[in-house]
Amino acid sequence: MATEFHNLQELRHSASLANKVFIQRDYSEGTTCKFQTKFPSELESRIERTLFEDTVKTLNNYYAEAEKIGGQSYLEGCLACATAYLIFLCMETRYEKVLKKIAKYIQEQNEKIYAPRGLLITDPIERGMRVIEISIYEDRGSSGSSSGSSSVSGSTAR
Amino acid sequence: MSQIQHAALDQQGRYNQICTRGGSCPPPADGSEPAHCPGHRSRSPRKKWQVFPGRNRFYCDGRIMMARQTGVFYLTLVLILLTCGLFFTFDCPFLASNLTPAIPAVGGVLFIFVMGMLFRASFSDPGILPRATPDEAADLERQIDSAGCSRPPPRTREVLINGQAVKLKYCFTCKIFRPPRASHCSLCDNCVERFDHHCPWVGNCVGRRNYRFFYLFILSLSLLTVFIFAFVITHVILRSNQTGFLGALKDSPASVLEVVVCFFSIWSIVGLSGFHTYLISSNQTTNEDIKGSWSTKRGKDNYNPYSYGNILTNCCAALCGPLPPSLIDRRGLIQSGTPQTVSQSNGTSNSSYASTQLHSNMQGAHP
Repeated sequence: MATEFHNLQELRHSASLANKVFIQRDYSEGTTCKFQTKFPSELESRIERTLFEDTVKTLNNYYAEAEKIGGQSYLEGCLACATAYLIFLCMETRYEKVLKKIAKYIQEQNEKIYAPRGLLITDPIERGMRVIEISIYEDRGSSGSSSGSSSVSGSTAR
Repeated sequence: MSQIQHAALDQQGRYNQICTRGGSCPPPADGSEPAHCPGHRSRSPRKKWQVFPGRNRFYCDGRIMMARQTGVFYLTLVLILLTCGLFFTFDCPFLASNLTPAIPAVGGVLFIFVMGMLFRASFSDPGILPRATPDEAADLERQIDSAGCSRPPPRTREVLINGQAVKLKYCFTCKIFRPPRASHCSLCDNCVERFDHHCPWVGNCVGRRNYRFFYLFILSLSLLTVFIFAFVITHVILRSNQTGFLGALKDSPASVLEVVVCFFSIWSIVGLSGFHTYLISSNQTTNEDIKGSWSTKRGKDNYNPYSYGNILTNCCAALCGPLPPSLIDRRGLIQSGTPQTVSQSNGTSNSSYASTQLHSNMQGAHP
């Protein structure tokens, strides 16, 4: 764990943002939240296909769990309606609980798998659940000109 | 001094802005100015609702959000409060003593439920999709331009949902491909998920996150209207048994006003409840119904891919399904490291410059 965290810090100190890949939503099953598992070509040299697919599939499973319509969600809905939705002042909705689990999972994946390979996953909730944004970092020492131009883009991208 | 933004490298290897204090950063042209406390903006760190690009109004430090035009909402409030106020003041004492005290009790519960649902529908986020960050917008532009050789490039994507072909349109304002069932509200200038309609009576859009509150509001309001109408008539009849019809009207003149308001409301509100009950049971939005998206008139094989096939499941899914959280995080603080969304209206030249720069950089990175 200490080694991985050290890698994440090192990444941040020595690397510069080179590119961003966006994994889009997969709407083939309707409006439920699901991301495409197609492996983007930009990541081919950076990470193994299976690791990437595992991450996306796990995220898809989490979202499916959050949006599942079944006994528990009905109970929560009816209870909330009966208490005029005041119950959510004391209690979290199931969706929010799952989102917390997702945030933890993404952080863990970043520390263990992605940061050592110079990648960083941004939680989709920060991008309005539209995309999974994967930032690709490159060592500053290896590419002088690209880091120069990427730094300019980094500042104006605000 | 205020417009120049220095860039410094932070620990993440990204440029961190030393943005100048609150009020000097140019806010977008419409709609995000706070209604209260203008003086605080320059001293405290800015919250995301203060730079929200849509045409919404925010109150109570971002907790409450509504559309720009709220006049009709106040009319709704006045009508409901006035009618119920008159009912509880003039009719209930007579009814409670002559019939049963359960009448004002039930009326009270209904009234509180109606107001609760109205506030919930009016003040919450209907399911607004945040606009694309400059990086995302640039990436999409690149994909669109590289896809078609013909001019103009296609701005739609076709998706197969449960066997039915659905076209996803590109939203020029928000710079995203709209998810299925989402639509851009021109009044609020936002893309809203599962967009039903923009309701002026409620002063907000009705979308995925507040549809159930809207439906429960109109349902309970129809019950309340019918309730008041019935018991005011009962009151007048009982009184006219004692003092004659004209005498009864003279004793409680408010009843006339209540009957008139309720009579006209019943037609519209009960009708609307019936219509939305039909929409819920077939899992359609008002938008889809008006356009006839899933009607068989468009084609023999046209069907609604979102319907669960059975009325009960459709109703349960719409009313008791999980409530997704708001995607716009209105009360979060603006971090200097986070990318700001592309603003369309006054279009600070920075953001378009940014897209071009990142675009050219990404093109450079892929030889």
